[in-house]
Amino acid sequence: MYDMKALYQAQSVSDAVALRQTHPEAHIIAGGSDVLVQMREGKRAGVELISIYGLDELRGVSLEEDGTIRIGSLTSFSHITRDPIIQQYINVLGEAVDQVGGPQIRNIGTIGGNTCNGVTSADSASTLHAYDAIVELTGPDGVRRQPISEFYIRAGKVDIREGELQTAILIPKESYADTFGHYIKYAMRNAMDIATLGTSVNVRLSADKKTVERVRVAFGVAGPVPLRAKTAEALAAGKPVSMELTEAFSQAVKEDINPRDSWRAAKDFRLHIAVESARRAFIESVKLAGGEL
Amino acid sequence: MEKHVMQYQTVHFNLNGRAVERTVDVRASLTDMLRNDFRITSVKKGCEVGECGACNVLIDGEAFNSCIYLAVWAEGKRIRTLEGLLGPNGELSDIQQAFVDEAAIQCGFCTPGFILTAVEILESGREYTDAELRKLLSGHLCRCTGYENILRAVKKTMYRRLGKTVD
Repeated sequence: MYDMKALYQAQSVSDAVALRQTHPEAHIIAGGSDVLVQMREGKRAGVELISIYGLDELRGVSLEEDGTIRIGSLTSFSHITRDPIIQQYINVLGEAVDQVGGPQIRNIGTIGGNTCNGVTSADSASTLHAYDAIVELTGPDGVRRQPISEFYIRAGKVDIREGELQTAILIPKESYADTFGHYIKYAMRNAMDIATLGTSVNVRLSADKKTVERVRVAFGVAGPVPLRAKTAEALAAGKPVSMELTEAFSQAVKEDINPRDSWRAAKDFRLHIAVESARRAFIESVKLAGGEL
Repeated sequence: MEKHVMQYQTVHFNLNGRAVERTVDVRASLTDMLRNDFRITSVKKGCEVGECGACNVLIDGEAFNSCIYLAVWAEGKRIRTLEGLLGPNGELSDIQQAFVDEAAIQCGFCTPGFILTAVEILESGREYTDAELRKLLSGHLCRCTGYENILRAVKKTMYRRLGKTVD
Protein backbone atom coordinates (compact mmCIF):
# COMPACT_ATOMS: atom_id res chain seq x y z
CA MET A 1 0.00 0.00 0.00
CA TYR A 2 1.21 3.48 -0.80
CA ASP A 3 1.05 6.06 1.94
CA MET A 4 -1.29 8.53 0.26
CA LYS A 5 -3.97 10.60 1.88
CA ALA A 6 -6.31 10.57 -1.07
CA LEU A 7 -6.35 9.80 -4.79
CA TYR A 8 -8.31 11.89 -7.26
CA GLN A 9 -8.52 10.46 -10.76
CA ALA A 10 -8.97 13.09 -13.46
CA GLN A 11 -11.44 12.16 -16.19
CA SER A 12 -10.40 14.89 -18.63
CA VAL A 13 -7.98 17.81 -18.84
CA SER A 14 -10.68 20.23 -17.63
CA ASP A 15 -11.47 17.85 -14.76
CA ALA A 16 -7.77 17.79 -13.88
CA VAL A 17 -7.70 21.60 -13.82
CA ALA A 18 -10.78 21.61 -11.56
CA LEU A 19 -9.17 19.06 -9.25
CA ARG A 20 -6.00 21.17 -9.11
CA GLN A 21 -8.09 24.14 -7.96
CA THR A 22 -10.09 22.14 -5.42
CA HIS A 23 -7.00 20.40 -4.03
CA PRO A 24 -4.12 22.86 -4.35
CA GLU A 25 -1.90 20.80 -2.04
CA ALA A 26 -2.23 17.63 -4.10
CA HIS A 27 0.67 16.34 -6.21
CA ILE A 28 0.12 15.39 -9.84
CA ILE A 29 0.97 11.79 -10.71
CA ALA A 30 1.48 10.83 -14.37
CA GLY A 31 3.27 7.48 -14.86
CA GLY A 32 4.39 7.43 -11.23
CA SER A 33 7.90 6.04 -11.73
CA ASP A 34 9.26 8.98 -9.71
CA VAL A 35 6.25 9.95 -7.58
CA LEU A 36 5.52 6.45 -6.28
CA VAL A 37 9.18 5.71 -5.62
CA GLN A 38 9.54 8.96 -3.68
CA MET A 39 6.38 8.11 -1.79
CA ARG A 40 7.90 4.75 -0.88
CA GLU A 41 11.05 6.54 0.29
CA GLY A 42 8.90 8.73 2.53
CA LYS A 43 9.59 11.98 0.66
CA ARG A 44 6.02 12.40 -0.48
CA ALA A 45 4.42 10.22 2.19
CA GLY A 46 0.88 11.14 3.18
CA VAL A 47 0.19 13.50 0.26
CA GLU A 48 -2.93 13.74 -1.85
CA LEU A 49 -2.50 12.69 -5.48
CA ILE A 50 -4.25 13.82 -8.63
CA SER A 51 -3.80 11.04 -11.17
CA ILE A 52 -3.76 12.13 -14.80
CA TYR A 53 -2.54 8.73 -16.01
CA GLY A 54 -5.95 7.87 -17.50
CA LEU A 55 -6.04 10.88 -19.83
CA ASP A 56 -5.45 9.21 -23.20
CA GLU A 57 -6.06 12.57 -24.91
CA LEU A 58 -2.57 13.53 -23.68
CA ARG A 59 -0.90 10.56 -25.41
CA GLY A 60 0.67 10.50 -28.85
CA VAL A 61 2.79 12.51 -31.26
CA SER A 62 1.29 14.57 -34.07
CA LEU A 63 2.32 17.11 -36.66
CA GLU A 64 0.37 20.39 -36.51
CA GLU A 65 -0.55 22.37 -39.62
CA ASP A 66 2.40 24.74 -39.31
CA GLY A 67 4.81 21.81 -38.95
CA THR A 68 5.11 21.97 -35.17
CA ILE A 69 5.69 18.56 -33.60
CA ARG A 70 3.25 18.07 -30.74
CA ILE A 71 4.11 15.46 -28.11
CA GLY A 72 1.31 14.81 -25.64
CA SER A 73 2.67 15.04 -22.10
CA LEU A 74 1.66 11.49 -21.21
CA THR A 75 3.41 9.91 -24.19
CA SER A 76 5.70 7.22 -22.82
CA PHE A 77 9.40 7.11 -23.65
CA SER A 78 9.03 3.86 -25.58
CA HIS A 79 6.22 5.29 -27.69
CA ILE A 80 8.30 8.39 -28.47
CA THR A 81 11.21 6.22 -29.60
CA ARG A 82 8.95 4.14 -31.85
CA ASP A 83 6.98 7.07 -33.27
CA PRO A 84 7.42 7.61 -37.04
CA ILE A 85 7.20 11.44 -36.76
CA ILE A 86 9.94 11.49 -34.12
CA GLN A 87 12.07 9.07 -36.15
CA GLN A 88 11.74 11.17 -39.28
CA TYR A 89 12.28 14.67 -37.89
CA ILE A 90 13.89 14.53 -34.49
CA ASN A 91 15.31 11.04 -34.07
CA VAL A 92 17.81 12.20 -31.45
CA LEU A 93 14.94 12.70 -28.99
CA GLY A 94 13.81 9.11 -29.49
CA GLU A 95 17.40 7.94 -28.95
CA ALA A 96 17.78 10.05 -25.82
CA VAL A 97 14.63 8.79 -24.11
CA ASP A 98 15.56 5.23 -25.09
CA GLN A 99 18.34 5.57 -22.50
CA VAL A 100 16.05 6.29 -19.54
CA GLY A 101 16.06 3.56 -16.85
CA GLY A 102 15.19 0.18 -18.35
CA PRO A 103 12.51 -1.14 -20.71
CA GLN A 104 9.67 -1.27 -18.17
CA ILE A 105 10.48 2.25 -16.96
CA ARG A 106 10.38 3.47 -20.57
CA ASN A 107 6.89 1.97 -20.91
CA ILE A 108 5.52 3.80 -17.87
CA GLY A 109 7.64 6.97 -17.79
CA THR A 110 6.24 10.00 -19.60
CA ILE A 111 7.94 12.99 -21.20
CA GLY A 112 5.69 15.29 -19.18
CA GLY A 113 6.75 13.69 -15.92
CA ASN A 114 10.39 13.75 -16.97
CA THR A 115 10.28 17.52 -17.51
CA CYS A 116 7.91 18.45 -14.65
CA ASN A 117 10.27 16.86 -12.13
CA GLY A 118 12.68 19.62 -12.93
CA VAL A 119 15.73 17.42 -12.55
CA THR A 120 18.81 18.31 -14.54
CA SER A 121 19.66 14.67 -15.29
CA ALA A 122 16.41 13.90 -17.16
CA ASP A 123 17.41 12.24 -20.42
CA SER A 124 14.79 14.14 -22.43
CA ALA A 125 15.71 17.55 -21.04
CA SER A 126 18.95 18.36 -22.83
CA THR A 127 17.55 17.46 -26.25
CA LEU A 128 14.38 19.47 -25.59
CA HIS A 129 16.56 22.44 -24.62
CA ALA A 130 18.71 21.94 -27.70
CA TYR A 131 15.53 22.17 -29.82
CA ASP A 132 14.06 25.18 -27.99
CA ALA A 133 10.98 23.17 -27.09
CA ILE A 134 7.84 24.95 -25.95
CA VAL A 135 5.99 23.67 -22.91
CA GLU A 136 2.20 23.82 -23.12
CA LEU A 137 0.40 24.26 -19.82
CA THR A 138 -3.36 24.16 -19.42
CA GLY A 139 -4.97 25.94 -16.50
CA PRO A 140 -8.12 27.74 -15.41
CA ASP A 141 -7.44 30.60 -17.84
CA GLY A 142 -6.74 28.35 -20.78
CA VAL A 143 -3.49 27.42 -22.47
CA ARG A 144 -0.13 29.02 -21.73
CA ARG A 145 3.00 28.36 -23.76
CA GLN A 146 6.45 28.83 -22.40
CA PRO A 147 9.97 28.20 -23.72
CA ILE A 148 11.47 25.22 -21.92
CA SER A 149 14.47 27.27 -20.74
CA GLU A 150 12.06 29.48 -18.74
CA PHE A 151 10.00 26.50 -17.58
CA TYR A 152 12.91 25.26 -15.46
CA ILE A 153 13.28 27.64 -12.51
CA ARG A 154 15.79 25.83 -10.33
CA ALA A 155 16.68 22.25 -9.38
CA GLY A 156 13.42 20.39 -8.81
CA LYS A 157 11.28 23.47 -9.47
CA VAL A 158 9.42 24.22 -12.69
CA ASP A 159 6.93 26.91 -13.57
CA ILE A 160 3.60 25.14 -13.14
CA ARG A 161 1.16 27.60 -11.66
CA GLU A 162 -1.96 27.15 -9.59
CA GLY A 163 -4.56 25.02 -11.30
CA GLU A 164 -2.23 24.13 -14.19
CA LEU A 165 -0.94 20.91 -15.64
CA GLN A 166 1.47 20.33 -18.48
CA THR A 167 -0.42 19.07 -21.52
CA ALA A 168 2.15 18.97 -24.34
CA ILE A 169 5.69 19.58 -25.48
CA LEU A 170 5.96 21.39 -28.80
CA ILE A 171 8.92 21.52 -31.16
CA PRO A 172 8.59 24.35 -33.71
CA LYS A 173 9.45 23.52 -37.31
CA GLU A 174 11.97 26.35 -37.49
CA SER A 175 13.82 24.64 -34.69
CA TYR A 176 14.01 21.08 -36.02
CA ALA A 177 13.87 21.49 -39.83
CA ASP A 178 16.93 20.06 -41.61
CA THR A 179 18.73 19.27 -38.38
CA PHE A 180 20.51 16.11 -37.35
CA GLY A 181 21.40 15.40 -33.78
CA HIS A 182 23.12 13.04 -31.40
CA TYR A 183 22.74 12.46 -27.67
CA ILE A 184 25.39 11.02 -25.38
CA LYS A 185 24.48 9.80 -21.93
CA TYR A 186 27.52 9.32 -19.75
CA ALA A 187 26.66 6.99 -16.86
CA MET A 188 28.34 4.25 -14.88
CA ARG A 189 26.01 1.54 -16.17
CA ASN A 190 24.20 1.04 -19.46
CA ALA A 191 20.81 0.40 -17.83
CA MET A 192 18.94 1.65 -14.79
CA ASP A 193 21.32 4.50 -14.15
CA ILE A 194 21.10 8.27 -13.93
CA ALA A 195 23.27 10.39 -16.21
CA THR A 196 26.55 11.69 -14.84
CA LEU A 197 26.29 14.04 -17.79
CA GLY A 198 23.88 14.23 -20.72
CA THR A 199 24.92 15.98 -23.95
CA SER A 200 22.65 16.72 -26.88
CA VAL A 201 23.92 18.33 -30.07
CA ASN A 202 22.15 19.07 -33.32
CA VAL A 203 23.44 20.73 -36.47
CA ARG A 204 22.03 22.24 -39.63
CA LEU A 205 24.50 22.29 -42.50
CA SER A 206 24.46 24.36 -45.67
CA ALA A 207 23.17 22.72 -48.88
CA ASP A 208 26.71 21.78 -49.93
CA LYS A 209 27.36 20.29 -46.43
CA LYS A 210 30.49 22.40 -46.08
CA THR A 211 29.27 25.03 -43.62
CA VAL A 212 27.64 24.86 -40.21
CA GLU A 213 24.54 27.03 -40.54
CA ARG A 214 23.42 26.43 -36.98
CA VAL A 215 24.48 24.24 -34.11
CA ARG A 216 22.82 23.74 -30.77
CA VAL A 217 24.28 22.04 -27.73
CA ALA A 218 22.58 21.47 -24.40
CA PHE A 219 23.63 19.60 -21.28
CA GLY A 220 22.00 17.87 -18.38
CA VAL A 221 23.90 17.76 -15.05
CA ALA A 222 26.20 20.58 -16.16
CA GLY A 223 24.31 22.92 -13.84
CA PRO A 224 21.31 22.87 -11.49
CA VAL A 225 18.96 22.84 -14.49
CA PRO A 226 19.51 21.69 -18.09
CA LEU A 227 21.24 24.41 -20.10
CA ARG A 228 22.50 25.44 -23.52
CA ALA A 229 26.11 26.33 -24.22
CA LYS A 230 25.43 29.40 -26.32
CA THR A 231 29.02 30.63 -26.56
CA ALA A 232 29.99 27.43 -28.35
CA GLU A 233 26.89 27.66 -30.56
CA ALA A 234 27.72 31.24 -31.59
CA LEU A 235 31.35 30.37 -32.22
CA ALA A 236 30.46 27.61 -34.69
CA ALA A 237 27.60 29.28 -36.54
CA GLY A 238 28.46 30.09 -40.14
CA LYS A 239 31.88 28.44 -39.99
CA PRO A 240 33.23 25.84 -42.39
CA VAL A 241 33.01 22.25 -41.18
CA SER A 242 36.45 21.18 -39.99
CA MET A 243 38.23 19.38 -37.18
CA GLU A 244 39.64 22.73 -36.00
CA LEU A 245 36.09 24.00 -35.62
CA THR A 246 35.12 20.81 -33.80
CA GLU A 247 37.91 21.36 -31.27
CA ALA A 248 37.15 25.04 -30.77
CA PHE A 249 33.44 24.33 -30.41
CA SER A 250 33.90 21.57 -27.84
CA GLN A 251 36.37 23.62 -25.76
CA ALA A 252 33.99 26.57 -25.80
CA VAL A 253 31.20 24.66 -24.04
CA LYS A 254 33.14 25.25 -20.80
CA GLU A 255 32.23 28.95 -21.00
CA ASP A 256 28.59 28.36 -20.22
CA ILE A 257 28.39 25.31 -18.00
CA ASN A 258 28.79 25.04 -14.29
CA PRO A 259 28.80 21.41 -13.14
CA ARG A 260 29.22 20.57 -9.48
CA ASP A 261 31.01 18.01 -7.38
CA SER A 262 28.67 15.23 -6.34
CA TRP A 263 29.03 11.65 -5.24
CA ARG A 264 28.48 10.63 -8.87
CA ALA A 265 31.39 12.62 -10.26
CA ALA A 266 33.77 15.49 -9.55
CA LYS A 267 33.33 18.87 -11.21
CA ASP A 268 36.63 18.55 -13.08
CA PHE A 269 35.61 15.19 -14.45
CA ARG A 270 32.23 16.52 -15.57
CA LEU A 271 33.97 19.42 -17.37
CA HIS A 272 36.26 16.92 -19.05
CA ILE A 273 33.44 14.68 -20.27
CA ALA A 274 31.37 17.72 -21.31
CA VAL A 275 34.11 18.75 -23.75
CA GLU A 276 34.66 15.20 -24.96
CA SER A 277 30.92 14.47 -25.31
CA ALA A 278 30.34 17.75 -27.17
CA ARG A 279 33.17 16.83 -29.54
CA ARG A 280 31.84 13.33 -30.22
CA ALA A 281 28.20 14.42 -30.50
CA PHE A 282 29.17 17.24 -32.87
CA ILE A 283 31.14 14.88 -35.11
CA GLU A 284 28.30 12.36 -35.15
CA SER A 285 25.71 15.05 -35.89
CA VAL A 286 27.75 16.44 -38.77
CA LYS A 287 28.11 12.94 -40.22
CA LEU A 288 24.38 12.27 -39.88
CA ALA A 289 23.76 15.58 -41.69
CA GLY A 290 25.92 14.38 -44.59
CA GLY A 291 29.00 16.43 -43.74
CA GLU A 292 32.56 15.15 -43.75
CA LEU A 293 34.99 15.30 -40.83
CA MET B 1 -5.50 17.81 10.44
CA GLU B 2 -8.40 16.12 8.75
CA LYS B 3 -8.92 12.45 9.38
CA HIS B 4 -7.84 9.98 6.75
CA VAL B 5 -10.82 8.45 4.98
CA MET B 6 -10.51 4.99 3.51
CA GLN B 7 -11.09 5.17 -0.20
CA TYR B 8 -12.11 2.19 -2.31
CA GLN B 9 -12.77 1.82 -5.98
CA THR B 10 -14.08 -0.97 -8.17
CA VAL B 11 -11.75 -1.90 -11.01
CA HIS B 12 -12.79 -3.90 -14.08
CA PHE B 13 -10.15 -5.48 -16.27
CA ASN B 14 -9.16 -8.57 -18.19
CA LEU B 15 -6.81 -10.90 -16.34
CA ASN B 16 -5.23 -13.66 -18.40
CA GLY B 17 -8.18 -13.71 -20.78
CA ARG B 18 -10.90 -13.53 -18.15
CA ALA B 19 -13.04 -10.47 -17.36
CA VAL B 20 -12.69 -9.70 -13.65
CA GLU B 21 -13.56 -6.97 -11.20
CA ARG B 22 -12.48 -6.14 -7.68
CA THR B 23 -13.07 -3.38 -5.23
CA VAL B 24 -9.65 -2.24 -4.06
CA ASP B 25 -8.08 0.26 -1.73
CA VAL B 26 -6.88 3.12 -3.95
CA ARG B 27 -3.50 2.98 -2.18
CA ALA B 28 -2.82 -0.54 -3.49
CA SER B 29 -0.24 -1.23 -6.17
CA LEU B 30 -1.08 -3.60 -8.99
CA THR B 31 1.31 -6.09 -7.35
CA ASP B 32 -0.73 -5.89 -4.13
CA MET B 33 -4.00 -6.49 -5.97
CA LEU B 34 -2.74 -9.35 -8.15
CA ARG B 35 -1.14 -11.18 -5.23
CA ASN B 36 -3.65 -10.50 -2.48
CA ASP B 37 -6.96 -10.40 -4.32
CA PHE B 38 -6.26 -12.85 -7.16
CA ARG B 39 -3.54 -15.09 -5.66
CA ILE B 40 -1.40 -14.46 -8.73
CA THR B 41 1.84 -15.35 -6.96
CA SER B 42 4.10 -15.39 -10.00
CA VAL B 43 4.17 -11.62 -9.53
CA LYS B 44 6.99 -11.22 -7.02
CA LYS B 45 7.63 -8.46 -4.54
CA GLY B 46 11.30 -7.68 -5.03
CA CYS B 47 12.64 -4.16 -4.69
CA GLU B 48 9.20 -2.49 -4.81
CA VAL B 49 10.72 0.60 -6.41
CA GLY B 50 10.69 -0.43 -10.05
CA GLU B 51 14.31 -1.49 -10.36
CA CYS B 52 14.46 -5.30 -10.24
CA GLY B 53 11.65 -6.36 -12.60
CA ALA B 54 10.42 -9.27 -10.43
CA CYS B 55 6.86 -7.88 -10.42
CA ASN B 56 6.74 -7.40 -14.19
CA VAL B 57 3.39 -8.02 -15.94
CA LEU B 58 2.12 -7.33 -19.46
CA ILE B 59 -0.47 -4.57 -19.73
CA ASP B 60 -2.01 -4.26 -23.20
CA GLY B 61 1.04 -6.09 -24.53
CA GLU B 62 3.74 -3.95 -22.89
CA ALA B 63 5.90 -4.82 -19.88
CA PHE B 64 5.34 -2.85 -16.69
CA ASN B 65 6.69 -3.15 -13.17
CA SER B 66 3.43 -3.70 -11.30
CA CYS B 67 4.94 -2.48 -8.00
CA ILE B 68 4.95 1.11 -9.27
CA TYR B 69 1.59 0.89 -11.02
CA LEU B 70 -1.55 1.79 -9.10
CA ALA B 71 -4.14 -1.01 -8.96
CA VAL B 72 -6.90 1.40 -9.99
CA TRP B 73 -5.04 2.13 -13.24
CA ALA B 74 -5.88 -1.43 -14.33
CA GLU B 75 -9.39 -0.25 -15.24
CA GLY B 76 -10.20 -1.42 -18.78
CA LYS B 77 -6.76 -2.94 -19.31
CA ARG B 78 -5.75 -6.37 -20.53
CA ILE B 79 -3.28 -7.82 -18.04
CA ARG B 80 -1.21 -10.96 -18.49
CA THR B 81 0.92 -12.77 -15.96
CA LEU B 82 2.95 -15.97 -16.12
CA GLU B 83 -0.17 -17.95 -15.18
CA GLY B 84 -1.73 -16.86 -18.48
CA LEU B 85 1.01 -18.51 -20.53
CA LEU B 86 0.12 -22.06 -19.54
CA GLY B 87 -1.83 -24.31 -21.91
CA PRO B 88 -5.30 -25.67 -21.00
CA ASN B 89 -3.83 -28.62 -19.11
CA GLY B 90 -1.05 -26.67 -17.47
CA GLU B 91 1.46 -27.23 -20.29
CA LEU B 92 4.44 -24.88 -20.35
CA SER B 93 4.68 -22.43 -23.22
CA ASP B 94 7.70 -22.53 -25.53
CA ILE B 95 9.50 -19.71 -23.76
CA GLN B 96 8.97 -21.29 -20.33
CA GLN B 97 10.27 -24.61 -21.62
CA ALA B 98 13.28 -22.84 -23.12
CA PHE B 99 14.14 -21.37 -19.71
CA VAL B 100 14.05 -24.92 -18.28
CA ASP B 101 16.07 -26.39 -21.17
CA GLU B 102 18.75 -23.70 -21.01
CA ALA B 103 19.04 -23.82 -17.21
CA ALA B 104 18.05 -20.16 -17.20
CA ILE B 105 16.52 -20.65 -13.76
CA GLN B 106 18.03 -21.18 -10.36
CA CYS B 107 16.05 -19.75 -7.45
CA GLY B 108 13.28 -18.68 -9.82
CA PHE B 109 12.45 -15.35 -8.23
CA CYS B 110 13.27 -13.24 -11.28
CA THR B 111 11.98 -15.81 -13.78
CA PRO B 112 8.31 -14.80 -14.20
CA GLY B 113 9.33 -11.19 -14.81
CA PHE B 114 12.00 -12.14 -17.32
CA ILE B 115 9.63 -14.47 -19.17
CA LEU B 116 6.95 -11.80 -19.54
CA THR B 117 9.48 -9.35 -20.97
CA ALA B 118 10.56 -12.18 -23.28
CA VAL B 119 6.93 -12.56 -24.36
CA GLU B 120 6.78 -8.86 -25.26
CA ILE B 121 10.01 -9.26 -27.24
CA LEU B 122 8.80 -12.43 -29.02
CA GLU B 123 5.37 -11.04 -29.84
CA SER B 124 6.95 -8.13 -31.73
CA GLY B 125 7.75 -10.76 -34.38
CA ARG B 126 11.11 -9.13 -35.00
CA GLU B 127 14.57 -10.58 -35.07
CA TYR B 128 16.95 -8.86 -32.69
CA THR B 129 20.73 -8.91 -32.39
CA ASP B 130 22.35 -10.07 -29.16
CA ALA B 131 23.07 -6.46 -28.23
CA GLU B 132 19.45 -5.51 -28.76
CA LEU B 133 18.23 -8.48 -26.74
CA ARG B 134 20.56 -7.58 -23.87
CA LYS B 135 19.17 -4.07 -23.84
CA LEU B 136 15.57 -5.30 -24.01
CA LEU B 137 16.20 -7.65 -21.07
CA SER B 138 18.09 -5.06 -19.03
CA GLY B 139 15.14 -4.18 -16.80
CA HIS B 140 15.53 -7.38 -14.77
CA LEU B 141 17.98 -8.37 -12.11
CA CYS B 142 19.01 -12.00 -11.66
CA ARG B 143 21.44 -12.83 -8.86
CA CYS B 144 21.87 -16.54 -9.75
CA THR B 145 22.36 -17.31 -13.41
CA GLY B 146 24.67 -14.66 -14.76
CA TYR B 147 22.19 -13.83 -17.54
CA GLU B 148 23.86 -15.79 -20.36
CA ASN B 149 21.45 -18.73 -20.14
CA ILE B 150 18.49 -16.36 -20.02
CA LEU B 151 19.71 -14.60 -23.14
CA ARG B 152 20.17 -17.97 -24.85
CA ALA B 153 16.64 -19.12 -23.91
CA VAL B 154 15.09 -15.96 -25.36
CA LYS B 155 17.27 -16.05 -28.45
CA LYS B 156 16.55 -19.69 -29.26
CA THR B 157 12.81 -19.18 -28.81
CA MET B 158 12.97 -16.09 -31.02
CA TYR B 159 14.67 -18.06 -33.81
CA ARG B 160 12.25 -20.98 -33.44
CA ARG B 161 9.23 -18.71 -33.70
CA LEU B 162 10.74 -17.04 -36.75
CA GLY B 163 11.19 -20.49 -38.32
CA LYS B 164 14.97 -20.16 -38.36
CA THR B 165 17.48 -22.81 -37.42
CA VAL B 166 19.03 -22.61 -33.99
CA ASP B 167 22.74 -23.19 -33.70
